[in-house]
Amino acid sequence: MAYDKFEILKSTAVPLPIENVDTDQIIPARFLKATERKGFGDNLFRDWRYNPDNTPKEQFVLNNPIYKGKILVGGKNFGSGSSREHAAWAVYDYGFRCVVSSFFADIFRGNCLNVGVLPVQVSATFLDKIFKAIEADPNTEIEINLPNQTITMLASGEEESFDINSYKKQNMLNGFDDIDYLVKKKEEIKKFAENRPF
Amino acid sequence: MSTTLFDKVWDSHVVRKIEDGPDVLFIDRHLIHEVTSPVAFLGLKSRKNSVLYPGRTFATADHNTPTINQHLPVEDPLSANQLKALEENSAEWGISHWGLGHQNNGIVHVVGPENGITLPGATIVCGDSHTSTHGAFGAIAFGIGTSEVEMVLSSQCIMQPKPKKMRININGKLGFGVTPKDVALFIISKLTTSGATGYFVEYAGDVFKNMTMEGRMTVCNLSIEMGARGGIVAPDEQTFEYIKGRTFTPKGTAWDKAMNYWETLKTDEDAVFDKEYTFDASEIEPMITYGTNPGMGTGISQNIPNAGEVEGGVATYKKSLDYMGFHEGDSMIGKKVDYVFLGSCTNGRIEDFRAFASIVKGRKKADTITAWLVPGSHIVEAKIKEEGLLDILTEAGFALREPGCSACLAMNDDKVPAGKVAVSTSNRNFEGRQGPGSRTLLASPLVAAATAVTGVVTDPRTLL
Repeated sequence: MAYDKFEILKSTAVPLPIENVDTDQIIPARFLKATERKGFGDNLFRDWRYNPDNTPKEQFVLNNPIYKGKILVGGKNFGSGSSREHAAWAVYDYGFRCVVSSFFADIFRGNCLNVGVLPVQVSATFLDKIFKAIEADPNTEIEINLPNQTITMLASGEEESFDINSYKKQNMLNGFDDIDYLVKKKEEIKKFAENRPF
Repeated sequence: MSTTLFDKVWDSHVVRKIEDGPDVLFIDRHLIHEVTSPVAFLGLKSRKNSVLYPGRTFATADHNTPTINQHLPVEDPLSANQLKALEENSAEWGISHWGLGHQNNGIVHVVGPENGITLPGATIVCGDSHTSTHGAFGAIAFGIGTSEVEMVLSSQCIMQPKPKKMRININGKLGFGVTPKDVALFIISKLTTSGATGYFVEYAGDVFKNMTMEGRMTVCNLSIEMGARGGIVAPDEQTFEYIKGRTFTPKGTAWDKAMNYWETLKTDEDAVFDKEYTFDASEIEPMITYGTNPGMGTGISQNIPNAGEVEGGVATYKKSLDYMGFHEGDSMIGKKVDYVFLGSCTNGRIEDFRAFASIVKGRKKADTITAWLVPGSHIVEAKIKEEGLLDILTEAGFALREPGCSACLAMNDDKVPAGKVAVSTSNRNFEGRQGPGSRTLLASPLVAAATAVTGVVTDPRTLL
């Protein structure tokens, strides 16, 4: 599925200072029963966000109107566990375009890049600074500059650069994904397949 | 140049390298199930692509299937819809499909090896993180997202940066009552839930050499729980013996040709890993988890550690214990348990049922325990009956259910109620994993059996 191009994102951010947020929390398994990619944003963090009777849990950050924005800031080892791409869909469908953490689980990171959510990995120190800045002022604006590969807290000017390989960077900048690339290489792939032992 | 087993398999599957980008990796075998494939097929259609090699993809229904009355229509309309989509998509593209009731049906990571889909030196992917299971055969096997499922359907390739390499050596002999599950939970407790992120792990040393194929599957299965993309064990005589003659295993000259390749699949002596760990088998005792990720595990005779003794933030640790209703310093032995689950792609094979039966034989299920015993496949189910294990289980007050993922992720009706504690042979103890509000203690089939007959967390060595 194609997604919107990503260049420079300037936004306030939603803080979730918890470590090892797994994809079962991002979207519980019982919400994986759709056969279309629709409505996953409503169930993002379902069991942290709602009580069993579907009333909102007021203390959860997504239910606190003070915090909003297109950037989600999570603790270390964000997105561990299940490979469900539905977790990345839920993040995207809710309205986030970027997740910032000091460490990402592999599959979640890959899934994000494939659906148009930019995972930005920063140092533990910088992550801590972001959490503190948002705590002090929920209107703290953060700029994610993909062409320059930088993340900046606009009020203080504090900045860090982040890694992304140039292939994926071009994809994000242009809203492309891997499938179009691979389908173009079909003839080369078929030749390769002829020599497989099984 | 000296290379590792992982390098050999990976490099031989690279169709093309992209500078400062991922490798285009050819996929030999692709497994699909009802939950993570429907959107991939929709994508395929909307882009007007077709399935490039239908013979390299295999479908089985497992994630949301009921484990009782499989002969009746599936009641949950959403699950039924996903199962129907899998069946229709498979039929439309000519993909082998083992739906509910089919004699080969079962959990994707159980049926793959059982039917010879899993082969040494192959690349195997599936939209499920426990695809790492198949590494037990010397395959590179890992979980992928739905976009990647679509990539494999349309091009038989995915785009992946090559992971770094880690080796975990365990030498010596495992103690009494210590199983492959304990070995895996021990490693994860040492490395933490993110300790192997970015790596592909080779398991080496006496313990893995002497482990059965099913044991190796259990260990490789849990590789993802320390963040690793996958785990791999070098194929040996035992591996070849296991796969020989199975439905999709090469036959005749194709077998001989494959054997020539398979015999080269080992790490060269002076090959270098990016990271290496070595443990001694004697350090490992039966394990159990006490928190909300698989890294929060301990020897069963130990007490729950204090926040200061474990890696990670204190707030996250306390939140986890609060969820479980446990406290620092608590003893695990003797904790009251409500549910016992034997099954899943981690521990749903015949050896797991034999282990469970060895403890409950001549004993009775505790009245306070609800037990779900779910074979990983119909083939496992048939063996349970053939070997007389069903009689032992029935005599002890247990019933056998029909195959599926079941309470491992509670997508079907097998849900542990809020606040209840389950000892589970599955792979994840995340909050709500076995049902909203459920509390999971991961352990081996032996620990599960010992707990099922006493009603409290029990060291199986006291009953063996």
